[in-house]
Amino acid sequence: MAMDESVRKAVLGAVPSLRAFAISLCGNVDRADDLVQETMLRALANIDSFQPGTNMSAWLFTILRNHFRSEYRKRRREVEDSDGHYADSLKTQPEQHGQVEFREFKEALGQLPSDQREALILVGASGFSYEEAANICGCAVGTIKSRVNRARTRLAELMSIDGIDDFGPDEQTRAVLAGGRD
Amino acid sequence: METAATRNRKTDSKPGKLGREVQARLGQQLRAMYDDVVNQGVPDRFADLLNRLDGNKDKH
Repeated sequence: MAMDESVRKAVLGAVPSLRAFAISLCGNVDRADDLVQETMLRALANIDSFQPGTNMSAWLFTILRNHFRSEYRKRRREVEDSDGHYADSLKTQPEQHGQVEFREFKEALGQLPSDQREALILVGASGFSYEEAANICGCAVGTIKSRVNRARTRLAELMSIDGIDDFGPDEQTRAVLAGGRD
Repeated sequence: METAATRNRKTDSKPGKLGREVQARLGQQLRAMYDDVVNQGVPDRFADLLNRLDGNKDKH
């Protein structure tokens, strides 16, 4: 099969963000990579159903998400990690963020209901509009907005954040300051 | 250790009303985590897969 060069480029170009999305869905790098590979195979087998001029990335995300829902959710207990495995699945952590805070964030994200987590990732990290995210998830725009709002609120609760003060630049300073209050 | 005090404060909070700074900070963490994976680029297995699927690539 000869592959159109523009299709090839678009598919390869989408791989990094497909992987990031897949990891956020299944919490495991190896499984995520399998998911991305299966997505690519499905996409290329059905490339005729892709409408040129529309967003290839959103189309691929939709395939990945639907495939995950239909196949991987059956194995949910195996797959889902409530225990912060997601935090361990990433090899590097940015130095500019407090390590403790970043770890807390990833653990909290792992505790969100999956529909809220995927909405938050699509809008907050993948850069899709609410409309695109709604298309990818097959739901109404208002549903996506509500899931994103609930996800943010829940994250803040899980991380015990009331205000910007809780994001201290330095864990030790924060502990000292907190300890000094009543 | 970090959270006894913050958790106590937390009980007074009102869920559903996040400040802009908090939202911005959560968004920043989210993107940092996501970009961490994005910046790993395209692992070889995916380029190899496309090459295998694309018969033309085997011929040169």
